[in-house]
Amino acid sequence: MNRSAALGFAIALAVLAAGVIVAFTLGRFPVALADIARVLWAKATGGSSEVAANVETVILRIRGPRVLAAVLVGAALSVAGAAFQGLFRNPLVSPDILGASSGAALGAILGIYFSLAVFGIQALAFAGGLLAVVAVYLIGNAMRSGDPVLMLVLTGVVIGALLGAGVGLVKYLADPYNQLPAMTFWLLGSLAAMSPADLMPLLAPVLLGTAVLLALRWQMNVMSLPQEEARALGLATGPVRAAIVAAATLVTAASVAASGIIGWVGLVVPHLARFLVGPNFASLLPASAILGGGYLLFVDTIARTAAPVEIPLGILTAIIGTPFFIWLLASAHRSWS
Amino acid sequence: MALDRREVLAGIGALGISAGRARAATVTDGAGRVVPIPAQVARVFPAGPPAAIMLYTLAPELLLGWPRANRPEECEFMLPDICRRPEVGRLTGRGNTANLEVVTALAPDLILDVGSVRDTFVSLADRVQQQTGIPYALLDGRLAETEQAYERLGALVHRAGEAASRARYVAETKRTILGRIAQVPPDRRPRVYYARGARGLETGLAGSINVETIEFLGAVNVAAGLRGGLTNVSLEQVLLWNPQVIITIDQDFASAVRADPDWRAIDAVRTGRVHLSPKLPFGWVDFPPSVNRVVGLWWLARMLYPPEFPEDLRALTRDFYAQFYHVNLTDEQIARVLSGRD
Repeated sequence: MNRSAALGFAIALAVLAAGVIVAFTLGRFPVALADIARVLWAKATGGSSEVAANVETVILRIRGPRVLAAVLVGAALSVAGAAFQGLFRNPLVSPDILGASSGAALGAILGIYFSLAVFGIQALAFAGGLLAVVAVYLIGNAMRSGDPVLMLVLTGVVIGALLGAGVGLVKYLADPYNQLPAMTFWLLGSLAAMSPADLMPLLAPVLLGTAVLLALRWQMNVMSLPQEEARALGLATGPVRAAIVAAATLVTAASVAASGIIGWVGLVVPHLARFLVGPNFASLLPASAILGGGYLLFVDTIARTAAPVEIPLGILTAIIGTPFFIWLLASAHRSWS
Repeated sequence: MALDRREVLAGIGALGISAGRARAATVTDGAGRVVPIPAQVARVFPAGPPAAIMLYTLAPELLLGWPRANRPEECEFMLPDICRRPEVGRLTGRGNTANLEVVTALAPDLILDVGSVRDTFVSLADRVQQQTGIPYALLDGRLAETEQAYERLGALVHRAGEAASRARYVAETKRTILGRIAQVPPDRRPRVYYARGARGLETGLAGSINVETIEFLGAVNVAAGLRGGLTNVSLEQVLLWNPQVIITIDQDFASAVRADPDWRAIDAVRTGRVHLSPKLPFGWVDFPPSVNRVVGLWWLARMLYPPEFPEDLRALTRDFYAQFYHVNLTDEQIARVLSGRD
């Protein structure tokens, strides 16, 4: 790792650390910093914190899981975004390029439509995201004409549009008093209902997918060259591409299932990470994860503290992401090319 | 044919005049629109669920069908043959599911809408009436306007007598309940959190149609700091509000919350004041926002101010269901309604 990358990492870690501290101390329910330390210390040592029960509930069971979830979802979306941007050699790609978000959306909306319990809705969303990408991959691969990467992207766009129509249809048929608001909230993205029980189904796929992507970091560097050059370097592009898509999809589907649709993070953060540590995936992937975790944590802290009611995350990330992305496009072109 | 074009035109004109004479009587609807009273009303198309329910309570046999098909457990609490009438879609809300040609083919004498009387719905009413040529009445669905809505509906469908009796019942209920609540000092008005969704984290802001009954009964909606409709909140915020009463419409949440350690610190949960609203055949506090909420006022008042409302809810339920839903309930059925489960 060269010196500028090390500096980049230091900045990313500082952002994440600041994010965690700010997120833990800020919230609608007033909690003193000392109480947080006492509760966490008691939790770590197994002792009693002697803090009021509802304060402990807020720290350990409401705010704590939510902070962790924000870090995980932000990291997951950013890692997936970085992987897809490299794979498709395109700076405008985001993790939902192959239909993972649209598939998860349709799954979740169907879950709400059939009045499933929360876990069922999340499971359907996860399955929907995976299934959508499997379908895109099989159809895209079956096209023998032209660039396989381009075919994959185009199939993703088409299937994504179809799934979007499915979401529209189910919303149209939904009960307007009960189900429709729930669907709308889900599609706007939120971590408001995150509970400790939601963390495991999120953590496991995110860790697994991220580990696979990290193991493939050198292949990803080669894959971001034009296909002929990659082949000339002796890389079996087909299987590697399949592995990258599978890992990034796993990560995306798990986070969308937990949080609903949160756009922009997977698009913007990889650019910022590239700006900080350069395009080498060995640095870019971990930097994206750290930075993405910190970024979503800041956004989620705004979402839950700015008003007594939640501000949907998808809306905040878009409001923050758009000007930021325009600035990036204007000023940081060199970091991409 | 040897008919002169002018004669034909004159004939059509005469038809128009005679139709005009037959419909000379008019009613001013809830939006201030002047709606002609059809000479005969045998078939009414409900534009949405609130209209269907209101019409069902007044003149069930006029109902052409339902915006959405009713479920079997709902039909147990209504006239079975009316309850099973077909699904015809809705004309209001976020996009129509009813097709105007289908509406026309059903040949209703009147289209009835109950709900918001704001510009969107007024223009929708005007447009549908113009396109189909069928009188379209828009009545104000707010709780405060219910009596007047009944009277207007009664005039429209030639049932003024029954409508007056329904209106009297509603007025009497509201007067009795509000009269007793007026005696309750401000410090005994409970702070209420209205919970929706399986996790109980959806709620209604000040002025939202969902909490209209709660606000109507003078309770303090803890989420009333902001105006608006339905929204998401975090559990942290609910802990901070620390409501004294939780009213919910979600039976999964209602059963889960009592055992949930995260909610235990909240006053309402500690003191056992989490109440699941009855919902058969129609919701009692929230949706659809129609006259089904009138009986819910009694229920809600009892949950919010127990000392002021010692009434037996079973007798009130039996009475309301007999008068408004045209069914005589058994004790077992009443118990099921009051349990709030399906």
